[in-house]
Amino acid sequence: MFDYDKWQEILATVRRNKLRTLLTMFGVFWGLFLLLLLLGSGQGLENGVGSSFDGWATNSGFIWPRRTTKPYRGLQPGRRARFTEDDIPALRAALPGLDALAPRAQLGGFRGSNNVFRGDRTGGFSVYGDVPAYQRISLTDMLVGRHINPLDIEGKRKVAVIGTDVLSVLFDEGEEPIGEYIRINGVFFQVVGVHKSRRTGGDGDRDAQSIYIPLSAYQQAFGEGKRFHWYAYSAKPGVSVNELEGQMMAAIRERHRIHPEDRNALGHNNLEEEFQQLTGLFGGIRAFVWFVGIGTLLAGVIGVSNIMLIVVKERTREIGIRKAIGATPWSIVALIMQEALLLTGFAGYLGLLCGVAVLEAVNRALGTDAGVFLYPAVSLTTAGLAFAVLVLCGCLAGLIPARRAASIRPIEAIQV
Amino acid sequence: MINLQQVTKAYRMGKQSLPVLKGIDLQIGTGELVSIMGPSGSGKSTLLNVLGILDRYDEGTYHLADTLMKNLSERQAAYYRNQFLGFVFQSFNLLEFKNAVENVALPLYYQKVSRRKRNMKAMELLEKVGLGDRAFHLPNELSGGQKQRVAIARALITDPKVILADEPTGALDSQTSEQVMELFREVNKTGMTVVIVTHEHEVSEKTDRTIHLRDGLILKDDHSAGPSDEGAASVSAPSQSSSVTAEVPV
Ligand SMILES: Nc1ncnc2c1ncn2[C@@H]1O[C@H](COP(=O)(O)OP(=O)(O)OP(=O)(O)O)[C@@H](O)[C@H]1O
Ligand SMILES: [Mg+2]
Repeated sequence: MFDYDKWQEILATVRRNKLRTLLTMFGVFWGLFLLLLLLGSGQGLENGVGSSFDGWATNSGFIWPRRTTKPYRGLQPGRRARFTEDDIPALRAALPGLDALAPRAQLGGFRGSNNVFRGDRTGGFSVYGDVPAYQRISLTDMLVGRHINPLDIEGKRKVAVIGTDVLSVLFDEGEEPIGEYIRINGVFFQVVGVHKSRRTGGDGDRDAQSIYIPLSAYQQAFGEGKRFHWYAYSAKPGVSVNELEGQMMAAIRERHRIHPEDRNALGHNNLEEEFQQLTGLFGGIRAFVWFVGIGTLLAGVIGVSNIMLIVVKERTREIGIRKAIGATPWSIVALIMQEALLLTGFAGYLGLLCGVAVLEAVNRALGTDAGVFLYPAVSLTTAGLAFAVLVLCGCLAGLIPARRAASIRPIEAIQV
Repeated sequence: MINLQQVTKAYRMGKQSLPVLKGIDLQIGTGELVSIMGPSGSGKSTLLNVLGILDRYDEGTYHLADTLMKNLSERQAAYYRNQFLGFVFQSFNLLEFKNAVENVALPLYYQKVSRRKRNMKAMELLEKVGLGDRAFHLPNELSGGQKQRVAIARALITDPKVILADEPTGALDSQTSEQVMELFREVNKTGMTVVIVTHEHEVSEKTDRTIHLRDGLILKDDHSAGPSDEGAASVSAPSQSSSVTAEVPV
């Protein structure tokens, strides 16, 4: 219902009071602008810090052996448990909450590096022995080819899935890697796929320099028997990773005859706790941002309301005349409310646009790998929500002055 | 058209109550041209405001066009003001930021008449009051007499049943006053009821009937008043007309 006359009236009053219109609009503009910047920054921080979880199942964890520090059942301290695949059926049986269980091995030990050759090309990369289950814990995309599958494990196939850095070092640009052979520690492996990390920064680089081979082939080629170096695992939905971790460590201690109180004998790490802490932190930040932002917005709106009150007072006579010639209270209320809505709406919309523009500019300037601050932006729903808050504020801003205006009695206004 | 029965009104100021209208009985028929006179503070403006549904009264009844005007909501009051009544004030009460046509057209805006139609009608009325060439002037570019004629045009635009004017010539010189009164008489000839509050004899002389008010009561209802420009019939008439005097407690 676009009422040309009403808008004409409103624009006329706005034009008659340019300065106060400008000042009040600035209040609202600034309020929404700040709200957006705050929300966007919060989101950026969340994206940045949250990106360290990219490519990880957040309900997963790791357990690895360290040296024991307590004597137990006749065994001396200083021992290191040797994880073998024989443990796996027992762990599965003892831990109903366990989802994926992936034994992992790394050539040269944790964070070890190996020279890998192809013809006269060579590079230092990390080589992992893996099972398909690990793909449910560390989420990777395939650039070309396939990932390690159960048949590879069964057949102890000497195949390799290489990272993008490995590809660029060992192969010419545009060269087809699939089916080619690479030499790891003197053993040839056939490349069957190239994986692409979902992670950024240091984690991403590490992934790009990784080569995955079937654990069984690893054990056979490098003479490790049934041994591997650490567990990666994930919990079933609804199962607490922290609890599962405790149970799993207890089971491992039991099997490897480690003192139940020996805190040092097993290393462990899980993403759940960290993730929950961060989730809580970001919830707090978001609440804080809304609190501050809405406070600022409210201050702007109160400014509008205040000025509108003064304007109504100034216009008492005019409103009285209007009423004497037949203006209904509602038409007066509508007049004032629409003016308030127009002022807050227009100013707020400008604030919204400027906020989005600034965030976009920051986004461009930062690029994709900026550590703790990534893609500062507001979602469409958030922007919509901010706008809804704004419209509500506009109504609030108009309400009190409008009621005041509607209660003006024509005789009092008209009396000379 | 207008029928008041024992209408009273008092202004309450804190604990005190100041009676202003003390029991007004008044009938004004359709098409009459009436003036209300009385000393300052006698309640003329108050009475006119009651007639104009701009103010409430305490007791008694007020019928306007056979409709009881009592306990009206703001909305209803606005409706009757808009449909039945036109106001002219001493201080003109034009909207300063609107030009003459827009001011005249404003009452039709509240009747949801389209802009084209109401501006056309406003132009017509401005021509009628002799201000066709001033249509796009703002009020502060007009003389007092011109402003008042704009105000009268505004009062007329809704074709009201009654025009109520509170000292419409109070701020005008005698020559301009005469022009304005001439306009009221013309309007009245079209069958519109006109009630004018004034304290100028020159004004009341131009009306057909004068109601004298004192201390909130009707002192005298003088039907003999009236101009003698009605031709042969009216020249002999005045002395014959009855002069009704209301009963006034001393
Ligand atoms: N809003 C009000 N509150 C209190 N008293 C009022 C109010 N308006 C008018 N009065 C009082 O009511 C009485 C009548 O006022 P009113 O304006 O009707 O007089 P009037 O006959 O129009 O006088 P004037 O010729 O000076 O205009 C006066 O004594 C005035 O002081
Ligand atoms: Mg008066």
